[in-house]
Amino acid sequence: MPAWLDAHFIDLLNGLAMGALLFILAVGLSLIFGMMDVLNLAHGVLFLAGAYALWWIGGASPSWPAFLAALAVAGAAGAVAGSGLALVVERLARRSHLDQALLTLGLALIAADALSIGFGDDVHAIDPPPGLAASVAVLGKPYPIYRLALIGLGGALAAALHLVVERTSLGALIRATVSDREMVAAIGVDDRKVKLGVFAAGAALAAIAGVLGAPVYSPGPRLDGTALLLALVVVVIGGLGSVRGALVGALVIGEIESLGRAVLSDLASFVLFGALAVVLIVRPRGLFAAPTGARS
Amino acid sequence: MTAPGERRAVAVVLIALAAAPLVLGTYGSATLARLLAFALLAASADLLVGTTGLPTLGHSAYFGAGAYAAGWVARHVAPSAPVMLAAAAGVSAVVAVIAGSVAVRARGVFFLMLTLAIGEVVEQLAQSWHSVTGGSDGLYGIPATRLGGLALSDAGAFCWYALAVFVAGMAVLRGVARSPLGAALRGIRDNEPRMRALGYPTYRYKLAAFVIAGSVAGVAGAVFAGQQRLVTPADLGFTASAPVLLAVIIGGEATAWGPCLGGAIVVALRDVLGPSLGGHGALVLGAVFVGVVFAMPGGLARIAGRIAGRSDRAATGGPR
Repeated sequence: MPAWLDAHFIDLLNGLAMGALLFILAVGLSLIFGMMDVLNLAHGVLFLAGAYALWWIGGASPSWPAFLAALAVAGAAGAVAGSGLALVVERLARRSHLDQALLTLGLALIAADALSIGFGDDVHAIDPPPGLAASVAVLGKPYPIYRLALIGLGGALAAALHLVVERTSLGALIRATVSDREMVAAIGVDDRKVKLGVFAAGAALAAIAGVLGAPVYSPGPRLDGTALLLALVVVVIGGLGSVRGALVGALVIGEIESLGRAVLSDLASFVLFGALAVVLIVRPRGLFAAPTGARS
Repeated sequence: MTAPGERRAVAVVLIALAAAPLVLGTYGSATLARLLAFALLAASADLLVGTTGLPTLGHSAYFGAGAYAAGWVARHVAPSAPVMLAAAAGVSAVVAVIAGSVAVRARGVFFLMLTLAIGEVVEQLAQSWHSVTGGSDGLYGIPATRLGGLALSDAGAFCWYALAVFVAGMAVLRGVARSPLGAALRGIRDNEPRMRALGYPTYRYKLAAFVIAGSVAGVAGAVFAGQQRLVTPADLGFTASAPVLLAVIIGGEATAWGPCLGGAIVVALRDVLGPSLGGHGALVLGAVFVGVVFAMPGGLARIAGRIAGRSDRAATGGPR
């Protein structure tokens, strides 16, 4: 192995693990935006709520049943919250997209403050479930099993979502709604149901990402802002409304945050901004934007 | 364009503000000074949000850059008010040029995302540039602002200084809004392709608006640094920027004084009422904000205008 790769192999793997997690978080944001033109600024709070769900159910070192229960609870609660958001936003359907985004921002502030009332302002460190806390040797270097599991899970989920969106009739309906809502409605499909479904699924994935991310990013106040920011950057880089774009964006940001910070530690703060600036100047609509109608 | 009624109302409010430090006491005067700084910040954000139609969710970055610059020169050069204000305006303008040259390429919700991301990057920079900003401890030990050989260590005196800066900043912002530049910015907000077709270099106009707004925000930051004597990275990021946008929307974007009113409401809920709610003024603030977005599109200032029987919109041109 070349010396450079040898020195940064762990950073590279960390970037992959972070990318996998970011994908699960950001794909919902991307599809919701692509489909409804609604920027869901409550996405970060959903992530934080998922992380707190693991703390609430499993405490600092959750058992397997607690971990699985937290995943189920976060998924269900996320779906309910997403449906609620979709219904509230739908009531502002005649107003500007900005008003809809602002509405989600207001709800996010309320929810974040409610979470800090419920869970305090401490940062809660959480262990991975038993068996995954140890490290294994990867090419001669010790690496936490939990992060390897994250990489596998993120990859599997990306493949599954890709198949659903690209190969099933449900996916065709979703893609059609992303590219032309009015036409989908005109051929007799109730596009509100599609939107509600995607909003619920995207929010559930964000909350599930929160459970999965809790052992890596300890839940605490302001984690919601960090999660929202990373998800937004992923979506801006990858392009809106596409699963592939979200995956590529997530891996790029994961590697920038991990490998980029390790290699260019003096410029760490600028690397993310630099990547964003380059993509925006070269491809203003993101690397893999789905074809959509005109939008402001 | 100013209606005589508005001029009279502004005069009454300014006289009341000038008299306030005489009766408020130390805590009240300090809160009022912070309120004036925040109101100026909200008004500067409105140059982007209301006048130009660029919703910013990262405006505290320029406020914070100005606060750090003012705090740094106060500690290392001289704590004189003109030096602090000039340093704040200059540094925040430079940050705004760099950030704006990327951000104003986008519009609408994309602009919102970008300004949010840039604001977080500036916060991280403040966090990691330890030798200048003091890292996560913040920049502390900022000496009292001095004006003409007089240290403004008394809260009432500082409040008058804050009021003077507020009035000057508002004069700049109102001047820009009424100038041909302001008219062009409103044109860009309402129909950018058409403005471009008419030959306006819209990118440069938007960048100019971004830099002016950032610079005035930096001046507000200098007042904040002088009042607080401490600047931390938390004053720059998303948690600090969201209330600014809230203030603009609650008060009413593209109205003359709405953002200041919204700023006053935000400070009142967060800093004055917040402690009695166990530090959870944000909850009330979020609820007020959701209520305004839902029930009062256009903000409180337009409601007031409607009650008074005239439309501010006709004068300044609302975005909707």
